[in-house]
Amino acid sequence: MAYFTEANARTATEIIANYPRPRSAVIPLLHLAQEQEGWVTRDAMVEIADLTGATPAEILGTGSFYEMFKFHPVGRYVVNVCTNISCQLLGGEELLHHVEESLGVHAGGTTDDGMFTVEDVECVAACTEAPCFTVNYRYFHRADADTFDAVVDDLRAGRSPLARGAQGDDGHVPAHGTLGRLRQHVPDDRRAGVVPPEEAGEAPVWLRPSPATAGGSDG
Amino acid sequence: MAEPTTVHPAGMDYVPHAAGFVANEGPKLLTSRFPYEDSYTLGRALATGAYAGLRAALGRAPDDVHAEVREATLLGRGGAGFPAGVKWGFCPEGVWPRYLVVNGDESEPGTYKDRLLMERDPHQLIEGCLIACYALGLSQCFLYVRGEMALAQERLATALNDAYAADYVGRNICDTDFSVDIILHWGAGAYIVGEETALIESLEGNRGMPRLKPPYFPAAIGLYGKPTIVNNVETLANLPWILEHGAAAYRGYGSETSPGTRLFAVSGHVVRPGVYEVEQGVTTFRDLFYGDNFCRGIRDGNDLKAFIPGGASAPWFFEEQLDLPLEARDVGAAGSMLGSGAMVVMDHTTDVVKACLRVVRFFARESCGKCTPCREGISWEEKILERILDGHGRPADLDLLLDIGDNISPGPYPVAAHGAEGFDAVPFPPQQTTICPLGPSAIAPITSALRRFRSEFEARITCRDSLPVQAAPVVEGAPA
Repeated sequence: MAYFTEANARTATEIIANYPRPRSAVIPLLHLAQEQEGWVTRDAMVEIADLTGATPAEILGTGSFYEMFKFHPVGRYVVNVCTNISCQLLGGEELLHHVEESLGVHAGGTTDDGMFTVEDVECVAACTEAPCFTVNYRYFHRADADTFDAVVDDLRAGRSPLARGAQGDDGHVPAHGTLGRLRQHVPDDRRAGVVPPEEAGEAPVWLRPSPATAGGSDG
Repeated sequence: MAEPTTVHPAGMDYVPHAAGFVANEGPKLLTSRFPYEDSYTLGRALATGAYAGLRAALGRAPDDVHAEVREATLLGRGGAGFPAGVKWGFCPEGVWPRYLVVNGDESEPGTYKDRLLMERDPHQLIEGCLIACYALGLSQCFLYVRGEMALAQERLATALNDAYAADYVGRNICDTDFSVDIILHWGAGAYIVGEETALIESLEGNRGMPRLKPPYFPAAIGLYGKPTIVNNVETLANLPWILEHGAAAYRGYGSETSPGTRLFAVSGHVVRPGVYEVEQGVTTFRDLFYGDNFCRGIRDGNDLKAFIPGGASAPWFFEEQLDLPLEARDVGAAGSMLGSGAMVVMDHTTDVVKACLRVVRFFARESCGKCTPCREGISWEEKILERILDGHGRPADLDLLLDIGDNISPGPYPVAAHGAEGFDAVPFPPQQTTICPLGPSAIAPITSALRRFRSEFEARITCRDSLPVQAAPVVEGAPA
């Protein structure tokens, strides 16, 4: 029984085609599995192993190195509160405390209704906008307890809270697992093609001495 | 000289749609497109001169393009500051294929520039990648973007789809015989993957652990064992400007040894934290922290206690270093580094012990576990700092901290040169007993803080009655 849905299986094939070796697709495929179910199941790892020529243990070995992959169910919304140095200086730890108090779970825990998982995370590259937190990796800058409460209210009521967050991000916060709401698609007629390392041939065509073809079209 | 460089008028000092970016006065080589609300779209990019650098490059021989970049002395912006043109030269002759891996795994605490460059101007980065691939004959480009940056991934995915459709990426780019695919690759959350050999391991589908050196440069043996150029996002984002305007114009900005501009993210206790594009060498830390054009001073008129000059890995600086220019060589000579362009300012209300614990905890969490001194040592340091902060510190703890540090990063401690206390400048980076610099990165900053603020650490140990004492830890740390 295949793990990936038909659509995701097609996406998986497309992802693998982007790399000279299928093994390089392991992390993107783990993301795809997480997108399908919200977390990475054993069945998913078995199928990814099949697709990439690895063993399921190797897939778990790779996946377990990375913080974003969850090997147990988590909430629909994963709230990451940054407490690293820039945020700490401006109240990140107090914000985390408020998040834990208001949701009633410690960092690492999930609320009983399965809505929220709270994490105490490292720097998320919003240091000048401290303190900040993310919900399913969507940013909320210069946040305080009130911001967080408003975001939780929005999410519980089914509204998008993104207008309260980082400028330039809009639409809805997808359920945990979906990272980019759209993907890169390399059209076949435009694809330059992968160059496997085994093909240790010659220099690519534009480096070969051939004055007739070298140079740009615009002169 | 370079005409199209935008100098923003005073008064237009904050652009609400680019969180963190401050359009200070000064040359804009990297951020000229940022003030436009639709700066990330192909339409806006083309209307403002995108891909002109690529066209200029395609009109020249690849070697020529490489020479231009070498001539520009473009220093790597990821942390180590190695000249990109020289790094490019390490590819062995006659070994093919060669790959490009873009390091967009920005995770160094305090660093916020690559995310901005990817979210606000993805086409500039794509153009930079193409120029590098053309110059060196790189057959495929992998854009490794930190997993947590969802918006950056979406913007890059859209930009790549548009660029493919418009013949800027893929087969026969701009009707030449130059063809290369750029593949957007998502990371999944691991700081160590910013180390270039770990990045390559991760891209090969493995745990992101650094490789044993030598070879020191993946340019010799990298992805799939083939020559691989690993460049930071900001480094590549400089290329379109350099190719469009020339190395000489580029060297017209900044100083002799650090030409051009850099993005500096200043966070912490300043009035106007933000990401500023700053001309290197001619600006000092004091200008940046106190200048009207930049951060406008410490909050509430407070005194400066310490500042991190280049990311959490950098030894701390203090008031004496404020007048140093933002110039990699000078900052290095003074015992720290500009690193990833991340500055964190701490005012006099900062609890130094707490700040140190936070920095050490970061490295303890992010240690990949490959080398024992780093894996065991940093978490041991974390436990010691925790118990000091909890009021259970022991008299020998401070020396123990230094001793453990010496096992990760032996030799003289990399401390900032502060003549008042009689320390000489020690070259940075320090020695290391580990195969990558993560371990020493945890040690250098706290050693510099401990040297400077030893009395504050001691007070936590000896005057615990006057401090709020928290509950005792259930299990004590490793034997001391």
